[in-house]
Amino acid sequence: MPYAVETRDLTRIFAGKKKRRIRRKRATGEGEDHLGPVTALDQVSIQIRDGELFGMLGPNGAGKTTLIKILATLLLPTSGQAFVAGHDVAKDPFPIRQRINMVSGGETSGYGLLTARENVWMFSQFYGVPSKVSKGRIDELMHTFGLWDKRDAKVRMLSTGQRQKMNMIRGFVTDPDILFLDEPTLGLDVNAARVIRDYITNWVRSQKSKTVLLTTHYMAEADQMCDRIAIIDNGKILACDTPENLKRMIRTETTFRLEVDTIRDIASFSSMEGVKNFSHTDDISKNRTHLTFILEDEGPVAEILSTITSQGKKVHSLQKSEPTLEDVFISMVGRGFE
Amino acid sequence: MNTFWRTFKVAAWLGWEMDSNWTEPWLFMVYSVVKPVAGAFILVLMYTVFAFIGNRPDPAAFSYMYVGNSFFIFVGSVLFGTFQVIQSDREWYQTIRYVYISPISYYVYIVGRAVSKVGVAAFAVAITLAFGVAFLGVQIHLTVDAVPLFAASMLLGLAVLLAIGICLGGISFLTAKHTHGLAEGIPGLFYVFCGVLFPLSILPSWGQAIGKAIPLTYWFDITRRLLAPTLGVDSTLAGYSDLTIMALLVVSSVAFFGLSLLIFKTGEYFARKAGKIDMTTSY
Ligand SMILES: Nc1ncnc2c1ncn2[C@@H]1O[C@H](COP(=O)(O)OP(=O)(O)OP(=O)(O)O)[C@@H](O)[C@H]1O
Ligand SMILES: [Mg+2]
Repeated sequence: MPYAVETRDLTRIFAGKKKRRIRRKRATGEGEDHLGPVTALDQVSIQIRDGELFGMLGPNGAGKTTLIKILATLLLPTSGQAFVAGHDVAKDPFPIRQRINMVSGGETSGYGLLTARENVWMFSQFYGVPSKVSKGRIDELMHTFGLWDKRDAKVRMLSTGQRQKMNMIRGFVTDPDILFLDEPTLGLDVNAARVIRDYITNWVRSQKSKTVLLTTHYMAEADQMCDRIAIIDNGKILACDTPENLKRMIRTETTFRLEVDTIRDIASFSSMEGVKNFSHTDDISKNRTHLTFILEDEGPVAEILSTITSQGKKVHSLQKSEPTLEDVFISMVGRGFE
Repeated sequence: MNTFWRTFKVAAWLGWEMDSNWTEPWLFMVYSVVKPVAGAFILVLMYTVFAFIGNRPDPAAFSYMYVGNSFFIFVGSVLFGTFQVIQSDREWYQTIRYVYISPISYYVYIVGRAVSKVGVAAFAVAITLAFGVAFLGVQIHLTVDAVPLFAASMLLGLAVLLAIGICLGGISFLTAKHTHGLAEGIPGLFYVFCGVLFPLSILPSWGQAIGKAIPLTYWFDITRRLLAPTLGVDSTLAGYSDLTIMALLVVSSVAFFGLSLLIFKTGEYFARKAGKIDMTTSY
């Protein structure tokens, strides 16, 4: 059986700025590198099985949206191949389009003159969903996602979050076999985000052969929902497995979290023996720094603490914790997500 | 076929909703009537100035100009309406990526969206002509015999216009800024060289050559011939029989359809390659 989604050495390079400008910069010998082409996806090979809820986890600019765009037939690969429902995205987009849909979070698209309901209905008509079936589904989804009150409001009158819910409904109303969700809960309130997560999970689990590829940079979301997760950074897949297995990979290591006074000199940590990797985030409002260490064992803890206190900084909390997906990421790339 | 029809239906519905979705329907009606009538007054003003300069009022020339100008309403609204579909879906509504990835024919989608523009324009043309006949002494005699030919020429002319609009659309996949200039410049070009305001014979010979190379020139000529046969203005196309002109229109609409497909598909391919389908330029 073919995979729902399969990519082989999929690479996407975006041309840099206009050639003329690069040439000028080159002449002056500056800023060449960030004007050059960007490799958004670098030889990505993944396989997503039929019926899987698959997550792409990665920081900003990792290449998640680029991958979704290619799979949704919006963008062509630079090299390599991508197959959706067994069809090549570059050569044969039409049969793919009949079976997929896509929703991007944090986006407010829609025809402002139509009502929320009309807008969704219209898109369902592009897919040939019988009008009556479509209307039934829309009503049901509007109840579920808490948009029922706004069903007959013009799209231009909806808030950002309401438009996002409407777009989520647009994704489900065509009942696709494969659904691409790019950061589906971005910017939604806690309650709405939970409702949508639950709906997605249930939608995949309760039906046969419904596949979802979702991207996110919320660790907990990926951990909670996904059957398997690929961790992506800089266009490269660093790991791909179930959340449990990913966490098990660093089980032999120990994770420590510290909250200390804002600390500037952190370079010395990386050269300490036994420190596999670490990340730090500053909490400016509280004047604190959060440090996460991935250690080979508990050996270096004393040295870490003395390094901090020798700078005259106070340690406010220290805890050893179960590894999370974020720890997996830190252990792989040496930095956190924010 | 099923796909095309489905696309067309939904796109036409959407286009109509957008063109007619005024908060007050009566305002839409008033606007639809007032706008063409206001346009007619501008024509009267233009004509008065011309007649004043030339120092001899010429009712035939006025009718010529009036009828030509009325039909020119189609050019602006169909060309611009077609080209704007991609533009507005991309920049304003930001729906283009979702329309684009749905199982439709995007080409037909654009045609469908433009159809309501044709309808609104047809209404404006009719109002303008009616106003001219009723109040300005414009001479129109459409005989019953001429109706089928007239209808056919309308279809062909609109097809050419749509095709040109889609060519512009195809280009605007790749560059939004320059296409805007084209969409405004091309109607201007047609206005001068297609015998809208004055007969081609007024132009120098190179200008006449340009005019004769544009299919719309023949379209304007035949609509005018059928609608107002008694004008007797020398259009320089007198040597062409009605059927020759129709044949020319058929050939050019087929040619422009082919060209529009080619440009559209090429534009689409390169846009998908460069990641520009859903770009927002906010130029
Ligand atoms: N149209 C484009 N032109 C040039 N570069 C692009 C284009 N689209 C994306 N990129 C670059 O490709 C890289 C990957 O971008 P992408 O949008 O896929 O990241 P992402 O993982 O979705 O990030 P985020 O979490 O911020 O949404 C980035 O470096 C980005 O700057
Ligand atoms: Mg993204």
